[in-house]
Amino acid sequence: MYVAAKGGERAIENAHRLLARERRGDPAVPELTVAQIEQQLALAVDRVMNEGSLYDRALAALAIKQARGDLIEAIFLVRAFRATLPRLGASEPVDTSAMTVRRRISAAFKDLPGGQVLGPTFDYTHRLLDTQPTAGPDPAAAHAAPEAGRMPRVTDLLAHDDLIEPSPQAEADAPVGDLTHDPLSFPAGRDVRLQNLARGDEGYLLALGYSTQRGYGRNHPFAGEIRLGEVELEFTPPELGFAVPLGCITLTECQMINQFAGSATTAPRFTRGYGLGFGHCERKAMSMALVDRALRARELGEEARAPAQDEEFVLSHSDNVQATGFVEHLKLPHYVDFQAELGLVRRLRAEFVAAAAAPVKEAAE
Amino acid sequence: MSAELDLPAYNFAYLDEQTKRMVRRAILKAVAIPGYQVPFASREMPMPYGWGTGGVQVTAAVLGPDDVLKVIDQGADDTANAVSIRKFFVRTAGVRTTTRTADATVIQTRHRIPEAPLAEHQILVFQVPIPEPLRFLEPRETETRRMHALAEYGLMHVKLYEDIARHGHIATTYAYPVRVEGRYVTDPSPTPKFDNPKMNRCAALQLFGAGREKRIYAIPPYTEVISLDFEDHPFERYRLDGTCALCGSEESFLDEVITDDRGGRMFVCSDTDYCERRRASRPEPAASNAAADVAEMETDRG
Repeated sequence: MYVAAKGGERAIENAHRLLARERRGDPAVPELTVAQIEQQLALAVDRVMNEGSLYDRALAALAIKQARGDLIEAIFLVRAFRATLPRLGASEPVDTSAMTVRRRISAAFKDLPGGQVLGPTFDYTHRLLDTQPTAGPDPAAAHAAPEAGRMPRVTDLLAHDDLIEPSPQAEADAPVGDLTHDPLSFPAGRDVRLQNLARGDEGYLLALGYSTQRGYGRNHPFAGEIRLGEVELEFTPPELGFAVPLGCITLTECQMINQFAGSATTAPRFTRGYGLGFGHCERKAMSMALVDRALRARELGEEARAPAQDEEFVLSHSDNVQATGFVEHLKLPHYVDFQAELGLVRRLRAEFVAAAAAPVKEAAE
Repeated sequence: MSAELDLPAYNFAYLDEQTKRMVRRAILKAVAIPGYQVPFASREMPMPYGWGTGGVQVTAAVLGPDDVLKVIDQGADDTANAVSIRKFFVRTAGVRTTTRTADATVIQTRHRIPEAPLAEHQILVFQVPIPEPLRFLEPRETETRRMHALAEYGLMHVKLYEDIARHGHIATTYAYPVRVEGRYVTDPSPTPKFDNPKMNRCAALQLFGAGREKRIYAIPPYTEVISLDFEDHPFERYRLDGTCALCGSEESFLDEVITDDRGGRMFVCSDTDYCERRRASRPEPAASNAAADVAEMETDRG
């Protein structure tokens, strides 16, 4: 204890200096700029914005640099900064059908109004390490023509004949739940649930979504639609009373279509799971949609037995900043508690040895 | 926002006033319902969850410019995490700090209650990892809240009974559950059960902050705090049978220090301030050889 404790302050300072040196790496190699990270590690930036719950590319890039590329650490930095910002209000609901689409695919229909737009995707690349980067396609030669005009959402196309449950109508005046201002309680509303999933760890949601596909809460998903593009964000300042545009943000939206057998009062029809995230984040949006649908089990009268259908389990463990903090706090000293346990184990062992050594008493009396 | 950050100056004690107001409301409610876990909108803090974010938020909410702060971890002022949290408040609040228990007005602690009795002008802030005493018996929050509402604590007694049936003792050595003012069963945070009796009718206000789990609870001054037990198996305050090698105390909670790789060990007070006060008032150490060993180890590590 005295050994570990003395010089604690100096040890921390030295550790910080060492960390700074490790972060910089070999000084002969040029230092990364925040702009390079923002531009060339854009998907890492998107993930940090999503799970950090803050749409700011430059700050996310800075966090990645400061965190030496540890994305959960970067997410933590962004969250801690975000927690100090005042909350001005909630934006108007964004209209993703008015999105300037860069990518839009549906796995449910071969063709549909607006067409399939492949956009920038890894999907059909061959995963071969490109040891001669110059041999690849010339980036300058590509030109994306964003699809102009409204592109209807697949789920809305299906809604007309009641084959799929309708999109809930946006209620602009309804209060918006916010986990950062009200602690999670159960059962959680769907708004809070989706916020929790949007902030949730991508790997965790991926594994949970995957588990539903493998039979743990199976709900027969189809990727109804995945779209990526820019939407305008509007905000109504109380003193103006009408909505003013704040700018554009990039979003990825996934509408999963899932079967529903129907019930005594409801005819069979397709249901949906929903995923939405900042930037380009298809894996996250798809996983989120699968888990959202799994969590609707009780609402739809389905038997909820799988982990992904257990709201309390899923939502309580999705936050990687919380998770990493608690797992890693095991590095903190626990010697007081360990000492207490040590005392008990010694006592139990002494009693065990004494009992074993004592002559066996005859049961007959 | 540009990459060149112009970070705003942080408010006194880091948290903005709105957040402090929210935390204070939760604290007031907690004081009004002793032992009841009040949900609060815990913020991300600049240190990780599990490292004292709940305690830090409570401290930030109760701290004033005239307060004198003491921070301990495992009873010691100079463990790395205690140093780090104390520095945080020095930087963000500029308050005076102390290692002397008697001089502090706010004491933030992890895993211990100081040996010296606390007074009415003091607030003891506990860092709490799992605020729910029933959590390891029932993982669901919806269930445990219902159990508290109905004061349905049979499950906890069954657990303690099973301990006795299996081991002959209640095999809970820290985070030993207490009943506060005859109503709520409450987690004392992972303090060794040696510290439990200090909570009973304590003159100081005891506040508990669990940041990750978003809960605050309180034990107001002079509140009855009873460790759960049975008539024929009364609560036992466990203390290792030993003497502090530095100050000779036979009453304080002891840490075991391994001194070599041949099974050598010694015991020293976990509460460093208590130990130092005793040594200051009694220059002759009880076991001078052992104390010299420790002094040597200190120099070795610099």
